[in-house]
Amino acid sequence: MENSYEKELNLEATELRLGLPGSDESQKRSIVRSNKRSSQEVSEEECVSKGSDVTTDDHDQDNNVVPPAKAQVVGWPPVRSYRKNSMQQKKEEEGEGSGMYVKVSMAGAPYLRKIDLKVYKSYPELLKALGNMFKCTFGEYSEREGYNGSEYAPTYEDKDGDWMLVGDVPWHMFVSSCKRLRIMKGSEAKGLGCF
Amino acid sequence: MNYFPDEVIEHIFDYVLSHRDRNALSLVCKSWYRIERCTRQRVFIGNCYSITPERLIQRFPGLKSLTLKGKPHFADFSLVPYGWGGFVSPWIEALAKSRVGLEELRLKRMVVSDESLELLSRSFTHFKSLVLVSCEGFTTDGLAAIAANCRFLRELDLQENEVEDHKGQWLSCFPDSCTSLVSLNFACLKGEVSLGALERLVARSPNLKSLKLNRSVPLDALQRIMMRAPQLADLGIGSFAHDPESEAYIKLKNTILKCKSITSLSGFLEAAPHCLEAIYPICSNLTSLNMSYAAGIQGSDLIKLIRHCVKLQRLWIMDCIGDKGLSVVAMTCKDLQELRVFPSVHLGNPAAVTEEGLVAISKGCPKLHSLLYFCHQMTNAGLIEVAKNCPNFIRFRLCILDATKPDPDTMQPLDEGFGAIVQSCRRLRRLSLSGQLTDQVFLYIGMYAEKLEMLSIAFAGESDKGMVYVLNGCKKLRKLEIRDCPFGNMALLTDVGKYETMRSLWMSSCEVTVGACKLLAKKMPRLNVEIFNENEQEDCSLEDGQKVEKMYLYRTLAGKRKDAPEYVWTL
Repeated sequence: MENSYEKELNLEATELRLGLPGSDESQKRSIVRSNKRSSQEVSEEECVSKGSDVTTDDHDQDNNVVPPAKAQVVGWPPVRSYRKNSMQQKKEEEGEGSGMYVKVSMAGAPYLRKIDLKVYKSYPELLKALGNMFKCTFGEYSEREGYNGSEYAPTYEDKDGDWMLVGDVPWHMFVSSCKRLRIMKGSEAKGLGCF
Repeated sequence: MNYFPDEVIEHIFDYVLSHRDRNALSLVCKSWYRIERCTRQRVFIGNCYSITPERLIQRFPGLKSLTLKGKPHFADFSLVPYGWGGFVSPWIEALAKSRVGLEELRLKRMVVSDESLELLSRSFTHFKSLVLVSCEGFTTDGLAAIAANCRFLRELDLQENEVEDHKGQWLSCFPDSCTSLVSLNFACLKGEVSLGALERLVARSPNLKSLKLNRSVPLDALQRIMMRAPQLADLGIGSFAHDPESEAYIKLKNTILKCKSITSLSGFLEAAPHCLEAIYPICSNLTSLNMSYAAGIQGSDLIKLIRHCVKLQRLWIMDCIGDKGLSVVAMTCKDLQELRVFPSVHLGNPAAVTEEGLVAISKGCPKLHSLLYFCHQMTNAGLIEVAKNCPNFIRFRLCILDATKPDPDTMQPLDEGFGAIVQSCRRLRRLSLSGQLTDQVFLYIGMYAEKLEMLSIAFAGESDKGMVYVLNGCKKLRKLEIRDCPFGNMALLTDVGKYETMRSLWMSSCEVTVGACKLLAKKMPRLNVEIFNENEQEDCSLEDGQKVEKMYLYRTLAGKRKDAPEYVWTL
């Protein structure tokens, strides 16, 4: 029933729907298992997926074998919750892959941005990038006066949840303890060393 | 019956240490029972609800070491609702009241409160060893009590517990007079510890052989600790990330060179890939390596590390090592006995492992006897070859991430593959199945797995026959846990006496009904048959025809337990 035009567009590939890639309409009923679903449903699904009269013809196989939804079956794969939780925590903290993405917010900006701290080797590099991203400038850093003379000050939330001025600690220490960044306006940053 | 005086028999019994042998001794005759119970020091209780603490204490007055397990195994995977049970307090209270000179307590999957820890710490002057595995319910305040009050503490081993951090300085509570520590593991704690107190503690513990740090201990502190404890054999690294040009890192590299006695490494809870080089010099001494928590270390770095680990017997690793990495393991680690490959967080990781990696391992590591393998796919041919190469498996746990996936080459179920495993591995005691499986695999298991003690089944089988094959065939079966299988009442009731020969049976999302469970409970008064009714509706009456979502039954001499929460119905 698809005409060739639609096939070329490959609408199916971009179609938004619930379900695993490779499964189609007829299998949608099977996926979500909650603790409370009726067992009638289960045996029906399992008959479909395990039936010994499933043909080995590839086309049929795709339609008949219904794997449990990977992300939605409680307790599968059987990984101890402790392990799962600690991986989850790390994933959140370290960002994806070997990058270290942290959120950057700025007062007044409509949405947040994300940057990969691993890309930068020093504070000046980072501040330059932030300045480009948010179209702002930071004054020169001094231990005594922070970012004196600038409208904005870069701050970050550390592991303890405290908001710190960027620049006080050695770079590598900053990278390992920075959870998120925030560009504060001078008026907000009074206590942090900007006028 | 006795040809020898009691003292001689006692002396002979001193050499008999394993629980099973001891249990066997006690069954020989009344006088051996009496002698055995008076001399027994170590007791293992696989299910804390199988017996009351009072009865235990009465039988074994000389008890020194107690091991208790609480929640069913599937609690690890969030299948047991909160509050089910497994409370240790009645045990500690009973022991505290008695004359038992408890020295060692090992708990697994139990709920432990700070009050219990406090009571424990105050009640037994010679208390030496506390091991908590997958427990919950306590905070660092409880640990502070243990540290402060157990004057002769040798071992505090916390493995994968959920511990609330109360920011008190529990580690600082070890008094200066405490110099007896042999093993300290606080890797699972999330909070910070006083680094100064930690270093001083290590410095005054000349017998410290095993130390596992948590993530809060930075690299420079690690270096100072290692300097003070060159005798360490087992080290768990917390944070292992530092600027490679820094003085701290260079110092660490030099310190590591001096730690020749380290044979076991774990942790790497926060590790930067470039820091791994620092370990290369000691890798050739390692017999045990656990990198399974080292997220952020890529397969290539793991492989570089493994190439140095020629003496490895135990390896726990993440699947980002890939099939290629497992080939390197197979080439390098000829003494490998235990392998665990855990799934990375990102499912669909292209570097994950398949049957290729496992087959390579089986070819290179004939001594392998324990396996836990999370993989993307498995083939019958692969399993058959593994079975041929490694007939010594004691534990074989395979987890295909897509739980009902067939052999991708033949599109057949994996019955033949697992059949080959059980037929070849005559010593198999533990087996976990996955992948597409029919009743046939259970026929094989019933036929061949004579020594099997624990079987875990998920999304497998076609009919009651599957479960019946197992119950009839596996004479040594102790624990059977089943989820999402089409096994029902006929299978459940086929041999009710069997359950008294087992520790426990778990069935969830299967086909058993309330009526059948009630019948079973009626026939077998020495079983507790628990049904979890998580239905939030007001109307909580259970009709016989209703399917049971979760059932857990176990043999017991203690009768129905009194601490069950509302959703647990003991029939």
